[in-house]
Amino acid sequence: MVDESAVGRVGQPFDMVVERGKIREFARATLSASPEYLDDPVPVSPPTFLVNAAFWTPPGENPLTVLGLDLRRLLHGAQEFVFHGPPPRAGAELHARTRVDKVYEKEGRRGGTMTFVETVTEFRDGQGALVAEARSTAIETARAPEES
Amino acid sequence: MAPTWEDLEPGAAPERREYGPLTRTHFVRYQGASGDFNPIHHDEEFARSAGFPTVFSVGMLQAGILASYVTDWLGPANVRRFAVQFREQVWPGDHLRCSAEVTKRYEHDGERRVDLALACERVESGGAAIKGEATFVVP
Repeated sequence: MVDESAVGRVGQPFDMVVERGKIREFARATLSASPEYLDDPVPVSPPTFLVNAAFWTPPGENPLTVLGLDLRRLLHGAQEFVFHGPPPRAGAELHARTRVDKVYEKEGRRGGTMTFVETVTEFRDGQGALVAEARSTAIETARAPEES
Repeated sequence: MAPTWEDLEPGAAPERREYGPLTRTHFVRYQGASGDFNPIHHDEEFARSAGFPTVFSVGMLQAGILASYVTDWLGPANVRRFAVQFREQVWPGDHLRCSAEVTKRYEHDGERRVDLALACERVESGGAAIKGEATFVVP
């Protein structure tokens, strides 16, 4: 259970650099052979690449850990990326901040309350312009699947 | 050849594509690439202690494969929105089949855009792993 007072909680801002080697690794891990990721010397980042913010988030600032969610009962419900122009390319320096946007509960189909937590991370460029937003919906189930 | 604006009328779709079988190596390679080290995707003991028969794929791995599939079609610099909902879990040995279809073609702030419906299904079970949507500009 997550306290609804978590809504509006804003994490510590952090910087993230989009790197060519990381784009290459990410493109291969997501089974792309596109030359636009692998051969371009300044490649554009893939649509879901900004999950890499995990490597740049300050220690102890992972929003799901901070909220005390149990990994054994945690499901990723949904994920959305919105880009206000082309996705960032290698070399882009982004300034990011994550906020808890919504916390709500639903009754599960087989009984038990599920808790939904939606977090939004905003990525801005050096001028403060919004480059991208990532919205993540995590679901904490009532109990482990074996018992349900 | 990238499709043209004329090609991208509602109902237009790229050829479906199959990936896999997915293995534990795919899961850990994605976890290293993404920075999500939830042990439920690589630690058998942890997965069993959570009540699962074995480890299962990272949802964002199949989301990333679906993203690769659709950017191969319309170009990675042209994406403006990519959204997924996770349905069934994906297990070691599963093949995945990705598909996409134009649902809307329109102009927005002087740009030509298309909206797409996306799907990633588990080939062996026929179940939906992901339902998604995307928006691309068409240069």
